[in-house]
Amino acid sequence: MTRRHAAMLAGLALLAGLPAVTPAYFLHIVIQVLLWGFVYTAWSMMGRFGFVSLGHGAFLGIGAYVPALLWNYQGVTPWLGIPLSVALATLLAVLIGYPCFRLKVVGHYFALVTLALGQVVMLSIVAARDLTGGSLGMTQKAAGHSWYAFQFPEKIFFYGIALAVWIGGLVVWWLIDRGIGRGALEAISEDEAAAEAIGIDVMREKLRITMVSAALTALGGALFAQYLMYLNPETLSGIGVSLQIVFAAIAGGMYAMLGPTVGALLTISLTEGLRVWFGTSFIGAANTIYGILLILFIIFMPRGILGLFEMRARPSRERGIPEALKAR
Amino acid sequence: MDIYLVEAVINGVLLGGVLALLALGLNLIFGVIDVVWIAYVDLVMCGMYVIYYLYVGYGWPLPLAGAAAIVGVAALGVLVHVLIIAPVLGSAPINQLLATGGLLYFLQSAATLLFTTDFRNIGVRLPIIEIGDIYISFARLIAFVVALVGAVALYVFLKHTYLGTAMRAIAQDREIMGLMGVDQRRIYLITSAIGGGLAGLGACLLALQYDVHPFVGNTFGPITFMICVLGGLGDMIGGFIAAFVISQIIAIGGYYSSNDVSYVLAFVFFILLMLLRPRGILAR
Repeated sequence: MTRRHAAMLAGLALLAGLPAVTPAYFLHIVIQVLLWGFVYTAWSMMGRFGFVSLGHGAFLGIGAYVPALLWNYQGVTPWLGIPLSVALATLLAVLIGYPCFRLKVVGHYFALVTLALGQVVMLSIVAARDLTGGSLGMTQKAAGHSWYAFQFPEKIFFYGIALAVWIGGLVVWWLIDRGIGRGALEAISEDEAAAEAIGIDVMREKLRITMVSAALTALGGALFAQYLMYLNPETLSGIGVSLQIVFAAIAGGMYAMLGPTVGALLTISLTEGLRVWFGTSFIGAANTIYGILLILFIIFMPRGILGLFEMRARPSRERGIPEALKAR
Repeated sequence: MDIYLVEAVINGVLLGGVLALLALGLNLIFGVIDVVWIAYVDLVMCGMYVIYYLYVGYGWPLPLAGAAAIVGVAALGVLVHVLIIAPVLGSAPINQLLATGGLLYFLQSAATLLFTTDFRNIGVRLPIIEIGDIYISFARLIAFVVALVGAVALYVFLKHTYLGTAMRAIAQDREIMGLMGVDQRRIYLITSAIGGGLAGLGACLLALQYDVHPFVGNTFGPITFMICVLGGLGDMIGGFIAAFVISQIIAIGGYYSSNDVSYVLAFVFFILLMLLRPRGILAR
């Protein structure tokens, strides 16, 4: 057993023991960090290869709303609803990804197409206000503590679930990182035409990573909705949340496995800290500072916090921004 | 023909004028500086607050408040360029886009902090024009005419002045123009000021029709982007046409179903057309 493994086990033991010693409010924060960390990790799976999506709110929204609507109107258990929503989000990823990749919609244009996709989902949810409650949002029919309804009023249950999916997300990241696909995707992000010329199936690689990213994001959205028991189109699918995903992932460092989680930890403790500090009398103060910090991050630390360590640790060809991102 | 449909089409044309103006400003900045200002429409929001406070709060005459908004937002545009865009000019395009995304967060929450989330209206009630059975909002008509005049003025400026020629030249080849003796930094500053000024003009026109609140940019922002991309980023004439296409979809869609559905249609249309003509409707 290496030191690395020992550190991992110690970290896991610490996380597993956490609920025993922490108050409920703190546990709430940790659950949010884990769930958002999971979603940010899912986004970074695409982002690290230069496929910047500004529309992950679309997948988040589908993931959240499909199980909730099925439960409220048809009484379908989320155990069926959640897999269905994940499947639908994956299908949507294929529907938008396939033509985009076929027609080589990249860079700015890909970012703006995905931005429009997020808007389509958000506005569709608002437009179906008879079912979804529109901009006012909706709540799932409460069923108390129920495995069938996937509702657990005690935080400890969702802590376990959030911890499990977060670890699952990291495992997927690790598998991608170890797999042969990573090399292919890196080649594509550096020079798509050259990658195609040496026999990489560009379409298949891009589509696969997009589907994984969308599916995990939808799962994250579904768990959020089940945890918070409230759904709102703005906070799940709006531009705000789509940008928030991108920012947090970049702030933490989207090229490192724990980077997106660090981003979640940073942004959530920042917003919570500022909220406690300023109280509710200054609505917007927290986000104002948040916005300034984001700009500073992009200007001075485009590789994120973990990017700093990474650069010191391995002074390799990976330093700096991949060429594909620079290409115009 | 259904009279309400005619009314919807006319309103669509009038809405298109304002959207075209906003798209022009964004396209100008993209074409010359090669940066997408995600927060562009939030500058319009700032301008609308300037008008609201000067007119309602301090009792300035409306035209003066409007002029102040144009100058103020132009100055803000320069500030944005100097503080945010200039430091990231050399980095990845997506980072530039995200830096202005941070600005979007900042402006929206700063506005929430300063002005609360209340919807505010300058309370100017312009008459409704009646032609036969068709009702047309005078505010919209003014907005349409001013937007057209603004677009023509910009066109003349770009085509027939030395500065405008320099701007178009930079858009075509930014490396060579430095060698030809054009000061790139100065041109960028002027472009940011003009882009900001157009946002300020847009603020004047929108303030006549809509309430101002910190998130008003989210209503017009995405649609303005779609228009620019649809026309081909940086392509002013393409953007101008796209503005009217999109506004017709919204107007006619709104006539046949609800307003939300019409926006969904507009975005779906955008995605489909992006896939058919990825470089804009006028691309060869």
